[in-house]
Amino acid sequence: MTLSAIIAANRFGLGARPGELTDIADDAKGWLIRQVEGTRPVPQEVAALPSSATAFQTFAKALRERRQQGEKDGKGRQQIGAMYRDQVAARYRLAIRTEEPFRERLVHFWTNHFAVSADKAQVVGLAATLENEAIRPNLGGRFVDLLLAVEAHPAMILYLDNQASIGPNSPLAQRAARRANSDRKLDINENLAREILELHTLGVNGGYSQTDVTTFARALTGWSVAAARGKEPEQAGQFQFRQMAHEPGSKTILGKRYSEDGLAQPRAVLKDLADHPATAKHLATKLARHFIADEPPESAVSRLAKVFRDTGGDLPALHRALVECPEAWARPTAKFKTPHDFVVSTFRMLDFVPPVPEQMLAPFQLLGQRPYTPGSPAGWPDTASQWDGPDALLKRIEWASAVGKRMGSKVQPLDVGAASLGSALAERTRVAISRAESGAQGMALLLASPEFQRR
Amino acid sequence: MNRRTFVISSAFGGLATLLPRIPFASTKTDARFVLVILRGALDGLAAVPAYGDGNYASKRGALAITTPTQKLDGMFALHPSMTHLYQRYREKELIVFHAVASPYRERSHFDGQDLLESGTAELKGARDGWLNRALAGMPANKGRTTDQIAVALAQNIPLVLRGDAAVNSWAPSRLPDTDADTLQRIADLYSTDEYFATRLQSALAADGIAGEGMAAMGGGKRDPLNGFSAVTSAAGKFLAAADGPRVAVIEVGGWDTHANQGAEQGQLANRLRSLDQGLETLRTSLGAAWTETAMLVVTEFGRTVAVNGTRGTDHGTATCAFLSGGAIAGGRVIADWPGLRNGDLYQQRDLKPTLDLRSVFKGVLGAHLGVSDSMLETKVFPNSVGADALDSLIRRS
Repeated sequence: MTLSAIIAANRFGLGARPGELTDIADDAKGWLIRQVEGTRPVPQEVAALPSSATAFQTFAKALRERRQQGEKDGKGRQQIGAMYRDQVAARYRLAIRTEEPFRERLVHFWTNHFAVSADKAQVVGLAATLENEAIRPNLGGRFVDLLLAVEAHPAMILYLDNQASIGPNSPLAQRAARRANSDRKLDINENLAREILELHTLGVNGGYSQTDVTTFARALTGWSVAAARGKEPEQAGQFQFRQMAHEPGSKTILGKRYSEDGLAQPRAVLKDLADHPATAKHLATKLARHFIADEPPESAVSRLAKVFRDTGGDLPALHRALVECPEAWARPTAKFKTPHDFVVSTFRMLDFVPPVPEQMLAPFQLLGQRPYTPGSPAGWPDTASQWDGPDALLKRIEWASAVGKRMGSKVQPLDVGAASLGSALAERTRVAISRAESGAQGMALLLASPEFQRR
Repeated sequence: MNRRTFVISSAFGGLATLLPRIPFASTKTDARFVLVILRGALDGLAAVPAYGDGNYASKRGALAITTPTQKLDGMFALHPSMTHLYQRYREKELIVFHAVASPYRERSHFDGQDLLESGTAELKGARDGWLNRALAGMPANKGRTTDQIAVALAQNIPLVLRGDAAVNSWAPSRLPDTDADTLQRIADLYSTDEYFATRLQSALAADGIAGEGMAAMGGGKRDPLNGFSAVTSAAGKFLAAADGPRVAVIEVGGWDTHANQGAEQGQLANRLRSLDQGLETLRTSLGAAWTETAMLVVTEFGRTVAVNGTRGTDHGTATCAFLSGGAIAGGRVIADWPGLRNGDLYQQRDLKPTLDLRSVFKGVLGAHLGVSDSMLETKVFPNSVGADALDSLIRRS
């Protein structure tokens, strides 16, 4: 088994499935590169899930039930819970089964880059739709199109409160001000603008000022989501530009003046942000951290950033450049797996898909990475120190034991481990597994081994 | 819900399925059979010391129990931890077998367990188990489906009960914590990887067990036999019910004592005590049904006669087995003792097998469960010529 196959399947991919290392052994890099080219139809596993509009309307229904009938756990709310579990199950069925695991890892990476968190009630059913509607269809194109799709997606707008951001000089605010007894002054909410600058594009030290944030937020006013009981109920849950809430006038952001253009004004800002060299560096750093090392080598970061700039942010070119980074191929176990990686790679190695959604969800929750709930717009951290605490390790071991008890007698742990890790499976681990007193214990040892906990 | 309960129950989102109550009042089938598999290779010379063998004390060294308190006869004794089982012996409800083995002659746990459970002569992709194949031939259970009469008390159905005949399974919803033995092995695996080693050490310290030293622990929450009594108690209740299952398989690990095995006291002594207690719990929870019960305790192979460099024993060949129950014609040891001189040992290191475990299996399946000889010889234990059924294991009522 070639080292490159092991790294391709376990570092770039989601962990080798049975037979994968053999299948890709001749051309591991080619296998990766083919996965990033072009666009794909949204995979069957997730294509049938409810749309963002449906998720939005279901949530609106739950709110109504709560208001009108005082039902905290009404039908709508239960539907959202079931929707979330189905979305998680579909995501991981796909992750466990996919033959394009590098592409799927990139989907997860970009979803995490543009994180929304389902611990905000309104986002529970929407988080997965951002991934399936905005991320997946745009991986074959340029970053700017991905950015535009994400920032206009209802999940992002609602997660970062932009539907409530009102230009202080907008018609809506002026009308409100004219009303008697109005003690509420309508104004902007700068949440979305700040996170776009800090997290999605330039990065925290990307050279923007507080004035840039505020002005960008004014430009973004009006980017909203059609209300459930608005004038066009059939549009409910879809992106809607509300001219009435938009702050009129030209805006100067990062030294550039953007004339008033309604809906298109913030789009022009986003296009420039996508082209900004700080964005290239920020994205290059995050990708290199995810695929190479927690402290990514400067050489790789600058190479990726250059490719991004030279190609106008072409994502396939960027992803290909990542595969071509020699730093990524130096050693097989440079990254400590997140709980997400650990669980997915376990199930891929065992070719096991938990049959019911609750079972799919449970291990992620147990190990501290409940899907789609990073808890902040920064997304899940991507460094070992966030995941490798002693108690986290013990939890992994306990889960490994439980998996062993469930699966250990059905497979040969040594064969399964060798098929997934190849020569990265240490001799020491092989010996320990072969001496285990049962298949269950052997499986626990395999999953707990240092080399399986890294990628 | 405390953390551990949560850890376990959510590991797979609730593993256990409650055994359905199957109404079946009309059929009265009384013979019960419980197979207990000890995974990890029980040291037969520790559980049943051959104190009367002139070479025993010198060969066993620090592991020898030379002044046994629970003598079975002039040659054999029962480990002092196993007081309940000794009481069964005195009440003539226990047969102790010694120098027994399956046909397996290598030393891999996995292969050894597979052959023990498949009941075949050699290991060729064992896909079903002898007890599953025997289910079809139990005449007393006619009119019931096989999943009404056979249950595995395990999350997974062990190979011995796997096969064409459908069987049931049940496991407690709360699994035991990762046991001390598995943790010790993981700690060993980490010993050359400081990153993982230090973290595991901290975690275990926080878990309140590292300070005691894992090897010295017995009966604690990480004992591999923790929860065993709960399983045997459930098994007894299932089997006692008039309409309940009649065949049960229980498995329990923790017998791979490579280090700090101990003798009268110590690690293995503690586990034998838990085993003994669990088997007693099975008996009491069976209630009146105990008189109809045969309970067979087996392991995949034995361990070296001599002590190894870490005060334990390594994988060996022949070992002991126990057959107990109200239906057993007990109070005796069945052993064609091979002796413990160097020349007596298998490959100069292990107790030599003189009795094929399949002879015990056949004896129980035939006389107790009514499986015919022809079925035993052809379907259940193919190619087992030479392993004749032991007769007179079962009490004539």
